Amino acid sequence: MEYFLEIFLGGLTRGSIYALIALGYTMVYGIIELINFAHGEIYMIGAFTGLIIASILTLVGLHPVAVLALASLAAVIYAAAYGFTIEKVAYKPLRHAQRLSPLISAIGMSIFLQNYVLLAQTSDFLPFPNLIPEFEFMDPYAHIIGSAEIVIILTTAVVMVLLTILIKFTKIGKAMRATAQDRNMAMLVGVNVNQVISVTFIIGSATAAIGGVLIASHVGMINFYIGFIAGIKAFTAAVLGGIGSIPGAVLGSFVLGWTESFATGYVSSDYEDVFAFALLVLILIFRPEGILGRSTAQKV
Amino acid sequence: MRRNDWKKLFVAAIVSLSMVFAMSGTGLAEETIKMGVAGAHSGDLASYGISGLRGVELAVKVINAKGGVLGKQIEIVAEDDVCKPEVATNTATKLASQKVPVVVGHICSGATKAALGIYKDAGIIAMSPSATNPGLTQSGDYPNFYRTIASDDAQARLEVDFALNVLKFKKIAVLHDKGDYGKGLAEFAKKFLEESGKAEVVLYEGVTPGAVDYSAVVQKIRRSKAEAVIFGGYHPEASKIVMAMRKKKMKTILISDDGVKDDTFIKVAGKYAEGVYATGPRDTSEDPMTIAANKAHKDTYKSDPGAFFLNAYAATLALANAIEKAGSTDYDALTKALKTEYVETPLGKISFDERGDAIGVGFSVYQVQNGVYVEMK
Repeated sequence: MEYFLEIFLGGLTRGSIYALIALGYTMVYGIIELINFAHGEIYMIGAFTGLIIASILTLVGLHPVAVLALASLAAVIYAAAYGFTIEKVAYKPLRHAQRLSPLISAIGMSIFLQNYVLLAQTSDFLPFPNLIPEFEFMDPYAHIIGSAEIVIILTTAVVMVLLTILIKFTKIGKAMRATAQDRNMAMLVGVNVNQVISVTFIIGSATAAIGGVLIASHVGMINFYIGFIAGIKAFTAAVLGGIGSIPGAVLGSFVLGWTESFATGYVSSDYEDVFAFALLVLILIFRPEGILGRSTAQKV
Repeated sequence: MRRNDWKKLFVAAIVSLSMVFAMSGTGLAEETIKMGVAGAHSGDLASYGISGLRGVELAVKVINAKGGVLGKQIEIVAEDDVCKPEVATNTATKLASQKVPVVVGHICSGATKAALGIYKDAGIIAMSPSATNPGLTQSGDYPNFYRTIASDDAQARLEVDFALNVLKFKKIAVLHDKGDYGKGLAEFAKKFLEESGKAEVVLYEGVTPGAVDYSAVVQKIRRSKAEAVIFGGYHPEASKIVMAMRKKKMKTILISDDGVKDDTFIKVAGKYAEGVYATGPRDTSEDPMTIAANKAHKDTYKSDPGAFFLNAYAATLALANAIEKAGSTDYDALTKALKTEYVETPLGKISFDERGDAIGVGFSVYQVQNGVYVEMK
C-alpha cells in the first residue's frame, strides 16, 4: 500500500510538471490552432534563467525560499518575454499563410533556441541548487514525498485555479474564449485579437517557466536539451486530454504521469514509454478528440 | 562589349589563381601523414571527445617535434560525430574521402560501430581511446579496429568482483540506460552476478535517458532492498539516480563505469556524489611519460586532463610507432606492426592482440571521496 502511494505521488509530481508545460501548448492551440513546438525550449530557458538568478542571489546570501521566489519571478518574466517575441517574430507574419508554414517555423524556432542556449551557455549538464528546503520533521516520510514534490503539486494546483478564474471571469478571458471560437467574428465585434494572442503566449510561457525552475530544483541538473523530451511528453499529454481544452491538458498530464509511473513501478521502466504511447493510441482510437476535447464543426 | 571582356578576364585570373593555390595545397599535403580524429567534439558528451582530441594534439606535437614519422610531419584531421551513430557515418565518409590512413576514434561505442564498416571498406585503421563495447573486437567483424581501453566485459567483471568480494553485497540491482554501451555492460554484470551464485540480482531494468525524473524507478530500487546498484551508462543519468536516491534517504551504494568516472559527474551531483564507486582506466599517474603528458595538458590548456586523454595519447603513439615500424601507411603492414610491436605509452608498454584489444591496459575501481575520484587499492 505504501509502495502504491509512493508510485502514485511520483506520478502526480511528474504529471504536474507536464501540466505546467501542457497548458501553454493547449492554450496556444485553442486560440490560433498552432502547435508551438518551441514551447519546450521556453521551459528550458525558464530553468536556465532560474539557475542564473538563483546562483547570484545565493551568493548574496538570501534565504532559499526568497531565492526560489525571486528566481521563479525572474524566470517567468524572462520566459514570457521570449514567448511574446517568438510569436511576433516567427508566427505573426505567417498568420494568414498555409497551416504548415507556422508549424515549420515553430520547429525552426525550437532548434534555434536549443542551439542558442548551447552556444551561449554550455553543452555540459549544470548543477541546479536545491532551492526547496527539506524539513527535518519530514525525514521519516521523505521516501514517500519530499517537500520539493509537495511544492510542485501545490504550485500546479494554484496555477490551474488562477488560470481558470482568468479565463472564466475576466474581460481578457472572455476575449480569449471569443477568439478561440471564431477569430474573424471576434475581430468584428471589437476584440483586439493581436493582444489576445500575445497574452496567451505570455501566460503559456510563464507557466512553463515555473515548471522549468521547479523541476530543475527537484532533479538538481539542467542542460540545453531538457526542453525537448519534456516538451514532447507535455504535447502528448495535451493531445491525450484533448488539445485546446485547459482542464483536458491538466487531466491528460496526470493520466500520462501516472501511466509512466505505474508502468515503471509495477512492470518495468523499459516499457515506460511503450505504455504511455499505447495509452495515447487507445484513447485516440475511441475518442479522437481526446479525453475532454470537444469535436467542433469545421469552420468554413 | 569591352566591359564584359574585362569581367571575363578577371574571372579567368581568379580561377587560374585559385588553381595555383589548390595545386600548391595538394603539394603540401603529400609531405604530411594525415591522422583522423573522430569523436564528440560538441554536444552533451563533448567533455569526452575534447579530452581525446587534446590527447592526440599533444602526442602529435611531441612526435612532430622529434621529426615526425618516416621523416614526415603528422597532420591532424578532426571531425565531430556528436556521439551519434547517424552522424558518425558522415564523419567516417568525410575522413575516408580525405584519404587518412589511420583514425583515432570514435569516442562512443554506438558511433564507433556505425563508422567502422566505412573504414573497413576504405582500408583505414581505426583505434578508439574509449569505445568499450565488447562486440567491437570480439565479433571479428572489424579486423581494422583497435582500442587502447579494456572492453566492457573486463569492466563489468571488475565491478561485480568488487561488489561481491570487497563490499560483500548479497542483493544487487542492475540498471542501464538502454544504450549500446550501458546495456552491454549491464548485461555482462548481470551474467557474472548470476554465474557467481554469491548474490541475487533483485532488479534488472533500463531507464529512459532524459526522462523528467527517475522517482518511480528509485522507489522500485528501494522496494527491492538492493544494497547496491550497478549502473551501466553515462553520468547525466547516474547523477539523477544517485540524487533521487539520497533525497529519498536511501543509503544504497552506486557502482558504475567509466562513463560516470568523469569530473562532470562530481560537479553536477555535488555532495550526493560522495561514496559512489566507478571503474575507470588504471591510474598510471606516477609514470614519467604520464607526468609529462599531464603537464603538457596543463601548460597548453590551463586545466587538468579529462577522461580518455591518456588513452588517446597512447593510441596516437601506438599508431605513429606502427607507421614508423611498417615503413609505410599500407594497411597490411600497419596491421602486422600493431600486432607485433610493443610501444611505450602513458598507459604502460602496450601492444595489441589478434582481436585488436590492447595488451597491458586495465581498469581500477575508484571512489568519490571529498569531491575527487580516489583509486581503491
